[in-house]
Amino acid sequence: MSRSGKRTGWKTAVGVLLTGIMLFPVYWMLNVSFTRDQDMRKSPPDLFPVHGTLAGYRTVLDEQLPYLGTSLVIGLGTVVLTVALSAPAGYALAKLRPRGGGVLNFLLLAAQMIPGIIMAMGFYAIYLQLGLLQSVPGLIVADSTLAVPFAVLIFTAFMSGIPGELLQAARTDGAGPLRTFWSIVLPMSRNAVVTVSLFAFLWSWSDFVFAGTLVNGGAHEPITLGIYHYIGNNNQEWNAIMATAVVASLPAAVILVLAQRYVAAGVTAGAVKD
Amino acid sequence: MSHSRSQPGVPPGEARGRAAWAFLTPVTLYLALFYAYPLYRNVDLSLRDYTVRSFVQGDAPFTGLANYRTVFDDPTFAPALLHTVVFTAVCLVFQYVIGLALAVFFNQHFRLSVTLRALFLVPWLLPLIVSASTWSWMLNSESGIINAALHAIGVDPVNWLTSPSWSLTSVIIANIWIGVPFNLVVLYSGLQSIPASLYEAAAIDGANAWQRFWRITFPLLRPVSAITLLLGLVYTLKVFDIIWIMTKGGPADSSSTFATWSYQLGFGNLVPAFGPGAAVGNLLVVAALVFGLVYLRVQRKQALS
Repeated sequence: MSRSGKRTGWKTAVGVLLTGIMLFPVYWMLNVSFTRDQDMRKSPPDLFPVHGTLAGYRTVLDEQLPYLGTSLVIGLGTVVLTVALSAPAGYALAKLRPRGGGVLNFLLLAAQMIPGIIMAMGFYAIYLQLGLLQSVPGLIVADSTLAVPFAVLIFTAFMSGIPGELLQAARTDGAGPLRTFWSIVLPMSRNAVVTVSLFAFLWSWSDFVFAGTLVNGGAHEPITLGIYHYIGNNNQEWNAIMATAVVASLPAAVILVLAQRYVAAGVTAGAVKD
Repeated sequence: MSHSRSQPGVPPGEARGRAAWAFLTPVTLYLALFYAYPLYRNVDLSLRDYTVRSFVQGDAPFTGLANYRTVFDDPTFAPALLHTVVFTAVCLVFQYVIGLALAVFFNQHFRLSVTLRALFLVPWLLPLIVSASTWSWMLNSESGIINAALHAIGVDPVNWLTSPSWSLTSVIIANIWIGVPFNLVVLYSGLQSIPASLYEAAAIDGANAWQRFWRITFPLLRPVSAITLLLGLVYTLKVFDIIWIMTKGGPADSSSTFATWSYQLGFGNLVPAFGPGAAVGNLLVVAALVFGLVYLRVQRKQALS
Protein backbone atom coordinates (compact mmCIF):
# COMPACT_ATOMS: atom_id res chain seq x y z
CA MET A 1 0.00 0.00 0.00
CA SER A 2 2.69 2.49 0.94
CA ARG A 3 4.07 4.29 -2.08
CA SER A 4 6.67 6.11 -0.02
CA GLY A 5 7.62 5.18 3.52
CA LYS A 6 7.91 8.82 4.50
CA ARG A 7 4.31 9.63 3.69
CA THR A 8 2.80 6.77 5.64
CA GLY A 9 5.21 7.38 8.51
CA TRP A 10 3.66 10.81 8.88
CA LYS A 11 0.20 9.27 8.90
CA THR A 12 1.19 6.76 11.55
CA ALA A 13 2.39 9.64 13.73
CA VAL A 14 -0.95 11.44 13.34
CA GLY A 15 -2.79 8.18 14.01
CA VAL A 16 -0.85 7.58 17.21
CA LEU A 17 -1.52 11.16 18.32
CA LEU A 18 -5.28 10.87 17.66
CA THR A 19 -5.45 7.53 19.44
CA GLY A 20 -3.58 9.06 22.35
CA ILE A 21 -6.10 11.89 22.61
CA MET A 22 -9.01 9.47 22.36
CA LEU A 23 -7.61 7.18 25.02
CA PHE A 24 -6.49 9.94 27.37
CA PRO A 25 -9.46 9.40 29.72
CA VAL A 26 -8.50 5.73 29.98
CA TYR A 27 -4.92 6.70 30.82
CA TRP A 28 -6.22 9.19 33.35
CA MET A 29 -8.30 6.51 35.03
CA LEU A 30 -5.15 4.37 35.37
CA ASN A 31 -3.09 7.33 36.58
CA VAL A 32 -5.60 8.34 39.25
CA SER A 33 -5.98 4.74 40.38
CA PHE A 34 -2.27 4.76 41.32
CA THR A 35 -2.27 8.22 42.91
CA ARG A 36 -1.76 8.64 46.66
CA ASP A 37 -4.55 10.23 48.69
CA GLN A 38 -2.40 13.22 49.62
CA ASP A 39 -1.62 13.92 45.94
CA MET A 40 -5.22 13.64 44.82
CA ARG A 41 -6.06 17.32 45.30
CA LYS A 42 -2.73 18.60 44.03
CA SER A 43 -2.94 21.47 41.55
CA PRO A 44 -1.90 20.89 38.85
CA PRO A 45 -2.37 17.11 39.15
CA ASP A 46 0.58 14.79 38.49
CA LEU A 47 0.55 13.62 34.89
CA PHE A 48 2.32 10.40 35.88
CA PRO A 49 1.89 8.32 39.02
CA VAL A 50 5.34 9.39 40.29
CA HIS A 51 4.55 8.34 43.85
CA GLY A 52 2.49 5.40 42.70
CA THR A 53 0.54 3.46 45.29
CA LEU A 54 -1.48 0.28 45.20
CA ALA A 55 -3.68 1.47 48.07
CA GLY A 56 -6.63 1.90 45.71
CA TYR A 57 -6.33 -1.67 44.51
CA ARG A 58 -5.98 -2.92 48.08
CA THR A 59 -9.31 -1.24 48.82
CA VAL A 60 -10.82 -2.98 45.81
CA LEU A 61 -9.65 -6.35 47.11
CA ASP A 62 -11.03 -5.57 50.55
CA GLU A 63 -14.38 -4.14 49.55
CA GLN A 64 -15.32 -4.95 45.98
CA LEU A 65 -14.72 -8.69 45.55
CA PRO A 66 -18.33 -9.66 46.36
CA TYR A 67 -19.59 -7.18 43.78
CA LEU A 68 -17.22 -8.58 41.16
CA GLY A 69 -18.34 -12.11 41.98
CA THR A 70 -21.99 -11.13 41.59
CA SER A 71 -21.26 -9.47 38.26
CA LEU A 72 -19.50 -12.59 37.04
CA VAL A 73 -22.42 -14.83 38.01
CA ILE A 74 -24.94 -12.46 36.43
CA GLY A 75 -22.84 -12.11 33.27
CA LEU A 76 -22.50 -15.88 32.82
CA GLY A 77 -26.18 -16.41 33.59
CA THR A 78 -27.11 -13.83 30.97
CA VAL A 79 -24.88 -15.54 28.40
CA VAL A 80 -26.49 -18.94 28.98
CA LEU A 81 -30.03 -17.60 28.91
CA THR A 82 -29.38 -15.47 25.81
CA VAL A 83 -27.78 -18.27 23.79
CA ALA A 84 -30.41 -20.80 24.86
CA LEU A 85 -33.21 -18.52 23.71
CA SER A 86 -31.76 -17.07 20.56
CA ALA A 87 -29.84 -19.89 18.89
CA PRO A 88 -32.96 -22.01 18.25
CA ALA A 89 -34.82 -18.89 17.16
CA GLY A 90 -32.05 -17.98 14.73
CA TYR A 91 -32.13 -21.52 13.30
CA ALA A 92 -35.88 -21.39 12.78
CA LEU A 93 -35.81 -17.94 11.18
CA ALA A 94 -32.83 -18.72 8.94
CA LYS A 95 -33.54 -22.29 7.86
CA LEU A 96 -37.14 -23.23 8.57
CA ARG A 97 -38.63 -19.86 7.58
CA PRO A 98 -42.11 -20.26 9.07
CA ARG A 99 -45.07 -18.05 8.27
CA GLY A 100 -45.03 -15.16 10.73
CA GLY A 101 -41.27 -15.21 11.00
CA GLY A 102 -41.04 -11.79 9.40
CA VAL A 103 -43.33 -10.30 12.02
CA LEU A 104 -41.25 -11.81 14.79
CA ASN A 105 -38.11 -10.42 13.21
CA PHE A 106 -39.70 -7.00 13.07
CA LEU A 107 -40.79 -7.18 16.71
CA LEU A 108 -37.26 -8.12 17.74
CA LEU A 109 -35.85 -5.10 15.93
CA ALA A 110 -38.48 -2.82 17.44
CA ALA A 111 -37.74 -4.24 20.90
CA GLN A 112 -34.19 -2.93 20.61
CA MET A 113 -35.49 0.60 20.29
CA ILE A 114 -37.21 0.64 23.70
CA PRO A 115 -35.23 2.73 26.19
CA GLY A 116 -33.72 0.75 29.06
CA ILE A 117 -35.25 2.89 31.78
CA ILE A 118 -38.74 2.14 30.47
CA MET A 119 -38.02 -1.58 30.62
CA ALA A 120 -36.56 -1.07 34.08
CA MET A 121 -39.72 0.61 35.36
CA GLY A 122 -41.88 -2.17 33.92
CA PHE A 123 -39.66 -4.84 35.45
CA TYR A 124 -39.74 -3.01 38.77
CA ALA A 125 -43.53 -3.05 38.83
CA ILE A 126 -43.63 -6.75 37.97
CA TYR A 127 -40.82 -7.86 40.28
CA LEU A 128 -42.31 -5.93 43.18
CA GLN A 129 -45.45 -8.01 42.91
CA LEU A 130 -43.63 -11.27 42.34
CA GLY A 131 -41.11 -10.62 45.13
CA LEU A 132 -38.25 -10.86 42.66
CA LEU A 133 -36.62 -7.54 43.53
CA GLN A 134 -33.03 -7.87 44.70
CA SER A 135 -32.73 -11.36 43.28
CA VAL A 136 -29.94 -12.53 41.03
CA PRO A 137 -32.16 -14.56 38.65
CA GLY A 138 -34.41 -11.53 38.27
CA LEU A 139 -31.50 -9.37 37.23
CA ILE A 140 -30.25 -12.05 34.83
CA VAL A 141 -33.61 -12.09 33.06
CA ALA A 142 -33.70 -8.29 32.88
CA ASP A 143 -30.11 -8.09 31.61
CA SER A 144 -30.79 -10.68 28.94
CA THR A 145 -33.29 -8.28 27.33
CA LEU A 146 -30.25 -6.16 26.41
CA ALA A 147 -28.86 -8.96 24.28
CA VAL A 148 -31.60 -11.31 23.05
CA PRO A 149 -32.87 -9.30 20.03
CA PHE A 150 -29.32 -8.65 18.87
CA ALA A 151 -28.44 -12.30 19.43
CA VAL A 152 -31.34 -13.57 17.31
CA LEU A 153 -30.24 -11.20 14.55
CA ILE A 154 -26.66 -12.49 14.65
CA PHE A 155 -27.71 -16.15 14.75
CA THR A 156 -30.16 -15.67 11.89
CA ALA A 157 -27.57 -13.93 9.73
CA PHE A 158 -24.92 -16.53 10.52
CA MET A 159 -27.07 -19.64 10.14
CA SER A 160 -28.42 -18.41 6.79
CA GLY A 161 -24.91 -19.05 5.48
CA ILE A 162 -24.96 -22.76 6.38
CA PRO A 163 -25.43 -24.72 3.14
CA GLY A 164 -28.91 -26.21 2.78
CA GLU A 165 -27.48 -29.37 1.18
CA LEU A 166 -25.84 -30.23 4.46
CA LEU A 167 -29.12 -30.08 6.34
CA GLN A 168 -30.81 -32.00 3.55
CA ALA A 169 -28.23 -34.75 3.89
CA ALA A 170 -28.87 -34.93 7.61
CA ARG A 171 -32.58 -35.24 6.93
CA THR A 172 -32.02 -38.00 4.43
CA ASP A 173 -30.12 -39.84 7.15
CA GLY A 174 -33.23 -39.55 9.28
CA ALA A 175 -32.31 -36.65 11.57
CA GLY A 176 -35.24 -34.56 12.76
CA PRO A 177 -35.07 -30.77 13.09
CA LEU A 178 -33.94 -30.99 16.71
CA ARG A 179 -31.16 -33.43 15.93
CA THR A 180 -30.10 -31.35 12.92
CA PHE A 181 -29.99 -28.25 15.05
CA TRP A 182 -28.07 -29.83 17.88
CA SER A 183 -25.51 -31.91 15.95
CA ILE A 184 -24.96 -29.81 12.82
CA VAL A 185 -26.21 -26.25 12.98
CA LEU A 186 -25.07 -25.39 16.48
CA PRO A 187 -21.52 -26.81 16.17
CA MET A 188 -21.13 -24.99 12.84
CA SER A 189 -22.26 -21.73 14.41
CA ARG A 190 -19.42 -21.55 16.89
CA ASN A 191 -18.35 -18.07 15.76
CA ALA A 192 -21.87 -16.75 16.20
CA VAL A 193 -22.06 -18.30 19.66
CA VAL A 194 -18.78 -16.61 20.58
CA THR A 195 -19.91 -13.19 19.28
CA VAL A 196 -23.25 -13.40 21.04
CA SER A 197 -21.71 -14.61 24.29
CA LEU A 198 -19.13 -11.82 24.28
CA PHE A 199 -21.71 -9.10 23.82
CA ALA A 200 -24.22 -10.63 26.21
CA PHE A 201 -21.53 -10.86 28.87
CA LEU A 202 -20.20 -7.36 28.26
CA TRP A 203 -23.63 -5.72 28.30
CA SER A 204 -24.76 -7.52 31.39
CA TRP A 205 -21.42 -6.82 33.13
CA SER A 206 -21.79 -3.13 32.22
CA ASP A 207 -25.47 -2.81 33.04
CA PHE A 208 -26.25 0.00 35.43
CA VAL A 209 -29.91 0.82 34.76
CA PHE A 210 -31.41 -2.57 35.63
CA ALA A 211 -29.04 -3.07 38.54
CA GLY A 212 -29.79 0.36 39.98
CA THR A 213 -33.52 -0.20 39.68
CA LEU A 214 -33.95 -3.88 40.51
CA VAL A 215 -31.25 -4.92 42.99
CA ASN A 216 -30.19 -1.62 44.57
CA GLY A 217 -29.62 -2.08 48.28
CA GLY A 218 -29.90 -5.86 48.06
CA ALA A 219 -27.47 -8.50 49.23
CA HIS A 220 -26.17 -9.20 45.71
CA GLU A 221 -25.16 -6.08 43.86
CA PRO A 222 -23.00 -6.04 40.72
CA ILE A 223 -19.78 -4.07 40.33
CA THR A 224 -21.49 -1.17 38.53
CA LEU A 225 -23.41 -0.48 41.73
CA GLY A 226 -20.24 -0.96 43.74
CA ILE A 227 -18.69 1.94 41.85
CA TYR A 228 -21.88 3.97 41.98
CA HIS A 229 -22.12 3.65 45.77
CA TYR A 230 -18.48 4.76 46.01
CA ILE A 231 -19.24 7.95 44.08
CA GLY A 232 -22.60 8.46 45.75
CA ASN A 233 -21.18 8.33 49.27
CA ASN A 234 -19.26 11.47 48.41
CA ASN A 235 -16.19 9.35 48.68
CA GLN A 236 -13.00 11.30 48.27
CA GLU A 237 -10.82 8.23 47.75
CA TRP A 238 -10.73 8.62 44.01
CA ASN A 239 -7.81 6.21 43.72
CA ALA A 240 -10.08 3.48 45.06
CA ILE A 241 -12.93 4.52 42.78
CA MET A 242 -10.69 4.56 39.73
CA ALA A 243 -9.01 1.30 40.75
CA THR A 244 -12.46 -0.29 40.86
CA ALA A 245 -13.19 1.24 37.47
CA VAL A 246 -9.98 -0.27 36.10
CA VAL A 247 -10.90 -3.70 37.44
CA ALA A 248 -14.43 -3.33 36.06
CA SER A 249 -12.92 -2.54 32.64
CA LEU A 250 -10.87 -5.73 32.54
CA PRO A 251 -13.48 -7.84 30.68
CA ALA A 252 -13.65 -5.17 27.98
CA ALA A 253 -9.86 -5.14 27.71
CA VAL A 254 -9.65 -8.93 27.55
CA ILE A 255 -12.34 -9.06 24.89
CA LEU A 256 -10.61 -6.38 22.83
CA VAL A 257 -7.30 -8.22 22.92
CA LEU A 258 -8.54 -11.78 22.45
CA ALA A 259 -11.63 -11.34 20.35
CA GLN A 260 -11.36 -8.11 18.43
CA ARG A 261 -12.56 -9.60 15.17
CA TYR A 262 -15.77 -10.78 16.84
CA VAL A 263 -16.35 -7.31 18.22
CA ALA A 264 -15.96 -5.62 14.84
CA ALA A 265 -18.22 -8.23 13.27
CA GLY A 266 -20.82 -7.59 15.94
CA VAL A 267 -20.76 -3.83 15.53
CA THR A 268 -21.10 -3.95 11.78
CA ALA A 269 -23.91 -6.47 11.99
CA GLY A 270 -25.75 -3.21 12.05
CA ALA A 271 -28.10 -3.12 14.95
CA VAL A 272 -25.79 -2.75 17.90
CA LYS A 273 -26.42 -0.28 20.67
CA ASP A 274 -23.88 2.49 21.04
CA MET B 1 -40.74 -35.07 -2.11
CA SER B 2 -41.10 -32.51 -4.86
CA HIS B 3 -41.32 -29.46 -2.65
CA SER B 4 -38.49 -30.54 -0.41
CA ARG B 5 -36.24 -30.31 -3.44
CA SER B 6 -37.17 -26.67 -3.88
CA GLN B 7 -36.10 -26.04 -0.29
CA PRO B 8 -33.06 -28.24 0.23
CA GLY B 9 -32.27 -29.20 3.76
CA VAL B 10 -35.59 -28.52 5.35
CA PRO B 11 -38.64 -30.67 5.96
CA PRO B 12 -41.62 -30.00 3.71
CA GLY B 13 -44.48 -27.58 4.23
CA GLU B 14 -46.58 -27.94 7.30
CA ALA B 15 -44.25 -30.10 9.36
CA ARG B 16 -41.56 -27.53 8.79
CA GLY B 17 -43.82 -24.74 10.02
CA ARG B 18 -44.63 -26.67 13.17
CA ALA B 19 -40.98 -27.47 13.82
CA ALA B 20 -40.05 -23.85 13.22
CA TRP B 21 -42.55 -22.55 15.72
CA ALA B 22 -41.39 -25.12 18.23
CA PHE B 23 -37.96 -23.52 17.97
CA LEU B 24 -39.46 -20.05 18.12
CA THR B 25 -41.80 -20.62 21.06
CA PRO B 26 -39.24 -19.80 23.78
CA VAL B 27 -38.26 -16.49 22.23
CA THR B 28 -41.87 -15.59 21.46
CA LEU B 29 -42.94 -16.24 25.04
CA TYR B 30 -39.90 -14.33 26.17
CA LEU B 31 -40.84 -11.33 24.03
CA ALA B 32 -44.36 -11.38 25.39
CA LEU B 33 -43.34 -11.78 29.01
CA PHE B 34 -40.27 -9.58 29.18
CA TYR B 35 -40.88 -6.91 26.54
CA ALA B 36 -44.60 -6.63 25.92
CA TYR B 37 -45.68 -7.11 29.52
CA PRO B 38 -43.24 -4.58 31.07
CA LEU B 39 -44.28 -2.13 28.35
CA TYR B 40 -47.93 -2.80 29.12
CA ARG B 41 -47.26 -2.33 32.84
CA ASN B 42 -45.63 0.96 32.02
CA VAL B 43 -48.67 2.15 30.08
CA ASP B 44 -50.88 0.99 32.92
CA LEU B 45 -48.69 2.85 35.43
CA SER B 46 -49.05 6.04 33.42
CA LEU B 47 -52.86 5.83 33.39
CA ARG B 48 -53.39 5.33 37.13
CA ASP B 49 -52.73 7.24 40.30
CA TYR B 50 -50.10 5.06 41.91
CA THR B 51 -48.61 5.49 45.34
CA VAL B 52 -46.16 3.17 47.06
CA ARG B 53 -49.06 1.50 48.87
CA SER B 54 -51.32 1.01 45.85
CA PHE B 55 -48.24 -0.08 43.92
CA VAL B 56 -47.99 -3.12 46.18
CA GLN B 57 -51.70 -3.76 46.53
CA GLY B 58 -52.52 -3.07 42.90
CA ASP B 59 -55.70 -1.07 43.52
CA ALA B 60 -54.62 2.30 42.11
CA PRO B 61 -57.57 4.28 40.73
CA PHE B 62 -57.75 4.79 36.97
CA THR B 63 -57.14 8.45 36.15
CA GLY B 64 -56.98 8.47 32.38
CA LEU B 65 -54.56 10.98 30.98
CA ALA B 66 -54.18 12.93 34.24
CA ASN B 67 -50.52 11.91 34.59
CA TYR B 68 -49.78 13.12 31.08
CA ARG B 69 -51.47 16.45 31.87
CA THR B 70 -49.38 16.72 35.04
CA VAL B 71 -46.26 16.11 33.01
CA PHE B 72 -47.12 18.64 30.29
CA ASP B 73 -47.90 21.29 32.90
CA ASP B 74 -44.74 20.59 34.87
CA PRO B 75 -42.21 23.44 34.69
CA THR B 76 -39.55 20.82 33.94
CA PHE B 77 -41.27 19.73 30.73
CA ALA B 78 -40.06 22.48 28.39
CA PRO B 79 -36.43 22.45 29.59
CA ALA B 80 -36.30 18.64 29.52
CA LEU B 81 -37.64 18.63 25.96
CA LEU B 82 -35.12 21.26 24.91
CA HIS B 83 -32.23 19.42 26.60
CA THR B 84 -33.25 16.15 24.97
CA VAL B 85 -33.28 17.77 21.53
CA VAL B 86 -30.02 19.66 22.05
CA PHE B 87 -28.26 16.67 23.62
CA THR B 88 -29.34 14.34 20.82
CA ALA B 89 -28.63 16.74 17.95
CA VAL B 90 -25.23 17.96 19.16
CA CYS B 91 -24.05 14.44 20.06
CA LEU B 92 -25.17 13.07 16.70
CA VAL B 93 -23.48 15.79 14.65
CA PHE B 94 -20.15 15.58 16.46
CA GLN B 95 -20.09 11.78 16.68
CA TYR B 96 -20.83 11.50 12.99
CA VAL B 97 -18.38 14.16 11.79
CA ILE B 98 -15.54 12.92 14.00
CA GLY B 99 -16.36 9.30 13.21
CA LEU B 100 -16.38 9.97 9.47
CA ALA B 101 -13.14 11.96 9.54
CA LEU B 102 -11.45 9.14 11.46
CA ALA B 103 -12.91 6.48 9.16
CA VAL B 104 -11.54 8.27 6.08
CA PHE B 105 -8.21 8.72 7.82
CA PHE B 106 -7.91 5.09 8.89
CA ASN B 107 -9.02 3.94 5.45
CA GLN B 108 -5.61 4.97 4.11
CA HIS B 109 -3.95 1.85 5.54
CA PHE B 110 -0.73 3.09 7.05
CA ARG B 111 1.50 1.21 9.44
CA LEU B 112 -0.31 0.40 12.71
CA SER B 113 -3.64 1.58 11.28
CA VAL B 114 -5.38 -1.70 12.14
CA THR B 115 -4.12 -1.70 15.71
CA LEU B 116 -4.91 1.96 16.30
CA ARG B 117 -8.40 1.55 14.87
CA ALA B 118 -8.98 -1.34 17.24
CA LEU B 119 -7.86 0.81 20.18
CA PHE B 120 -10.50 3.37 19.21
CA LEU B 121 -13.10 0.79 20.25
CA VAL B 122 -12.08 1.05 23.89
CA PRO B 123 -14.44 3.89 24.92
CA TRP B 124 -17.33 1.99 23.41
CA LEU B 125 -16.50 -1.24 25.24
CA LEU B 126 -16.03 0.28 28.68
CA PRO B 127 -18.92 0.04 31.12
CA LEU B 128 -20.75 3.38 31.12
CA ILE B 129 -20.26 3.75 34.87
CA VAL B 130 -16.50 3.62 34.27
CA SER B 131 -16.56 6.26 31.52
CA ALA B 132 -18.97 8.46 33.45
CA SER B 133 -17.01 8.39 36.69
CA THR B 134 -13.71 8.97 34.87
CA TRP B 135 -15.15 12.01 33.10
CA SER B 136 -16.63 13.22 36.39
CA TRP B 137 -13.21 13.27 37.96
CA MET B 138 -11.54 14.79 34.90
CA LEU B 139 -14.15 17.56 34.92
CA ASN B 140 -13.96 18.12 38.66
CA SER B 141 -13.83 21.87 39.34
CA GLU B 142 -10.89 21.92 41.76
CA SER B 143 -8.85 18.83 41.00
CA GLY B 144 -9.80 17.89 37.46
CA ILE B 145 -7.21 17.63 34.71
CA ILE B 146 -9.39 19.64 32.30
CA ASN B 147 -9.41 22.73 34.48
CA ALA B 148 -5.70 22.28 35.16
CA ALA B 149 -5.09 22.24 31.40
CA LEU B 150 -7.26 25.33 30.93
CA HIS B 151 -5.35 27.05 33.72
CA ALA B 152 -2.10 26.25 31.94
CA ILE B 153 -3.25 28.17 28.88
CA GLY B 154 -4.63 31.02 30.98
CA VAL B 155 -8.35 30.17 30.98
CA ASP B 156 -10.35 30.52 34.20
CA PRO B 157 -11.61 27.30 35.76
CA VAL B 158 -15.05 26.15 34.67
CA ASN B 159 -17.55 24.52 37.02
CA TRP B 160 -18.28 21.82 34.49
CA LEU B 161 -20.64 19.68 36.53
CA THR B 162 -21.84 22.09 39.19
CA SER B 163 -22.79 25.12 37.09
CA PRO B 164 -26.20 25.06 35.36
CA SER B 165 -24.73 26.72 32.28
CA TRP B 166 -22.09 23.99 31.74
CA SER B 167 -23.61 20.71 32.96
CA LEU B 168 -25.33 19.89 29.67
CA THR B 169 -22.14 20.62 27.73
CA SER B 170 -20.21 18.30 30.05
CA VAL B 171 -22.49 15.31 29.56
CA ILE B 172 -22.55 15.98 25.81
CA ILE B 173 -18.73 15.88 25.67
CA ALA B 174 -18.63 12.59 27.54
CA ASN B 175 -21.34 11.07 25.37
CA ILE B 176 -19.64 12.14 22.13
CA TRP B 177 -16.50 10.41 23.35
CA ILE B 178 -18.46 7.21 23.91
CA GLY B 179 -20.29 7.38 20.57
CA VAL B 180 -17.39 8.09 18.21
CA PRO B 181 -16.16 4.45 18.03
CA PHE B 182 -19.54 3.16 16.86
CA ASN B 183 -19.66 5.77 14.07
CA LEU B 184 -16.06 5.06 13.15
CA VAL B 185 -16.55 1.31 12.85
CA VAL B 186 -19.79 1.43 10.88
CA LEU B 187 -18.65 4.21 8.54
CA TYR B 188 -15.31 2.49 8.05
CA SER B 189 -17.05 -0.70 6.97
CA GLY B 190 -19.14 1.46 4.59
CA LEU B 191 -15.95 2.86 3.05
CA GLN B 192 -14.77 -0.68 2.29
CA SER B 193 -17.60 -1.12 -0.19
CA ILE B 194 -16.62 1.87 -2.33
CA PRO B 195 -14.64 0.48 -5.28
CA ALA B 196 -11.02 1.63 -5.34
CA SER B 197 -11.23 2.01 -9.13
CA LEU B 198 -13.43 5.09 -8.65
CA TYR B 199 -10.68 6.82 -6.69
CA GLU B 200 -8.06 5.79 -9.23
CA ALA B 201 -10.15 7.19 -12.07
CA ALA B 202 -10.69 10.42 -10.15
CA ALA B 203 -6.99 10.68 -9.41
CA ILE B 204 -6.21 10.29 -13.12
CA ASP B 205 -8.72 13.05 -13.82
CA GLY B 206 -6.71 15.22 -11.44
CA ALA B 207 -9.19 15.39 -8.56
CA ASN B 208 -7.52 16.33 -5.26
CA ALA B 209 -8.27 14.60 -1.95
CA TRP B 210 -10.90 17.18 -0.98
CA GLN B 211 -12.75 16.76 -4.28
CA ARG B 212 -12.52 12.99 -4.09
CA PHE B 213 -14.14 13.11 -0.66
CA TRP B 214 -17.05 15.33 -1.68
CA ARG B 215 -17.60 13.84 -5.15
CA ILE B 216 -17.11 10.14 -4.36
CA THR B 217 -16.84 9.20 -0.71
CA PHE B 218 -19.61 11.33 0.74
CA PRO B 219 -22.29 10.63 -1.91
CA LEU B 220 -21.56 6.90 -2.04
CA LEU B 221 -21.57 6.70 1.74
CA ARG B 222 -25.03 8.22 2.00
CA PRO B 223 -26.92 4.95 2.64
CA VAL B 224 -24.51 3.95 5.40
CA SER B 225 -24.60 7.49 6.81
CA ALA B 226 -28.39 7.42 6.95
CA ILE B 227 -28.35 4.13 8.85
CA THR B 228 -25.63 5.31 11.22
CA LEU B 229 -27.39 8.58 12.00
CA LEU B 230 -30.82 7.02 12.48
CA LEU B 231 -29.51 4.28 14.76
CA GLY B 232 -27.47 6.90 16.60
CA LEU B 233 -30.61 8.98 16.98
CA VAL B 234 -32.58 6.14 18.53
CA TYR B 235 -29.73 5.26 20.88
CA THR B 236 -28.91 8.84 21.86
CA LEU B 237 -32.53 9.59 22.69
CA LYS B 238 -32.44 6.94 25.36
CA VAL B 239 -29.08 7.80 26.90
CA PHE B 240 -29.53 7.69 30.63
CA ASP B 241 -26.53 6.24 32.48
CA ILE B 242 -24.02 8.89 31.54
CA ILE B 243 -26.17 11.84 32.53
CA TRP B 244 -27.50 10.22 35.67
CA ILE B 245 -24.07 9.22 36.93
CA MET B 246 -22.39 12.53 36.08
CA THR B 247 -25.02 15.10 37.08
CA LYS B 248 -28.29 13.30 37.98
CA GLY B 249 -29.82 15.76 35.50
CA GLY B 250 -28.82 18.70 37.67
CA PRO B 251 -27.96 21.14 38.95
CA ALA B 252 -31.54 22.41 39.00
CA ASP B 253 -32.56 20.22 36.02
CA SER B 254 -30.00 22.00 33.81
CA SER B 255 -28.96 18.70 32.21
CA SER B 256 -32.14 16.68 32.59
CA THR B 257 -33.49 14.94 29.51
CA PHE B 258 -36.68 12.93 29.18
CA ALA B 259 -34.76 9.81 30.12
CA THR B 260 -33.33 11.19 33.37
CA TRP B 261 -36.49 13.12 34.23
CA SER B 262 -38.57 9.96 33.88
CA TYR B 263 -36.24 8.09 36.21
CA GLN B 264 -36.08 11.03 38.59
CA LEU B 265 -39.86 11.02 38.90
CA GLY B 266 -40.13 7.28 39.40
CA PHE B 267 -37.07 6.48 41.50
CA GLY B 268 -35.05 9.59 42.26
CA ASN B 269 -37.23 11.15 44.95
CA LEU B 270 -38.23 10.13 48.44
CA VAL B 271 -41.87 10.12 47.36
CA PRO B 272 -41.93 8.31 44.02
CA ALA B 273 -44.25 9.61 41.31
CA PHE B 274 -44.56 6.34 39.38
CA GLY B 275 -47.45 7.55 37.23
CA PRO B 276 -45.88 10.74 35.84
CA GLY B 277 -42.52 8.96 35.56
CA ALA B 278 -44.09 6.27 33.40
CA ALA B 279 -45.89 8.95 31.37
CA VAL B 280 -42.61 10.69 30.50
CA GLY B 281 -41.09 7.31 29.73
CA ASN B 282 -43.89 6.45 27.34
CA LEU B 283 -43.40 9.72 25.46
CA LEU B 284 -39.79 8.66 25.05
CA VAL B 285 -40.83 5.20 23.83
CA VAL B 286 -43.08 6.78 21.21
CA ALA B 287 -40.26 9.04 19.99
CA ALA B 288 -37.78 6.16 19.88
CA LEU B 289 -40.20 3.88 18.05
CA VAL B 290 -41.09 6.56 15.47
CA PHE B 291 -37.44 7.06 14.56
CA GLY B 292 -36.89 3.32 14.87
CA LEU B 293 -39.58 2.68 12.26
CA VAL B 294 -38.02 5.29 9.96
CA TYR B 295 -34.73 3.43 10.42
CA LEU B 296 -36.29 0.08 9.54
CA ARG B 297 -37.95 1.61 6.45
CA VAL B 298 -34.70 3.10 5.23
CA GLN B 299 -32.86 -0.14 5.89
CA ARG B 300 -35.44 -2.19 4.02
CA LYS B 301 -35.41 0.20 1.07
CA GLN B 302 -31.64 -0.10 0.91
CA ALA B 303 -31.80 -3.87 1.10
CA LEU B 304 -34.25 -3.92 -1.82
CA SER B 305 -32.36 -1.52 -4.05
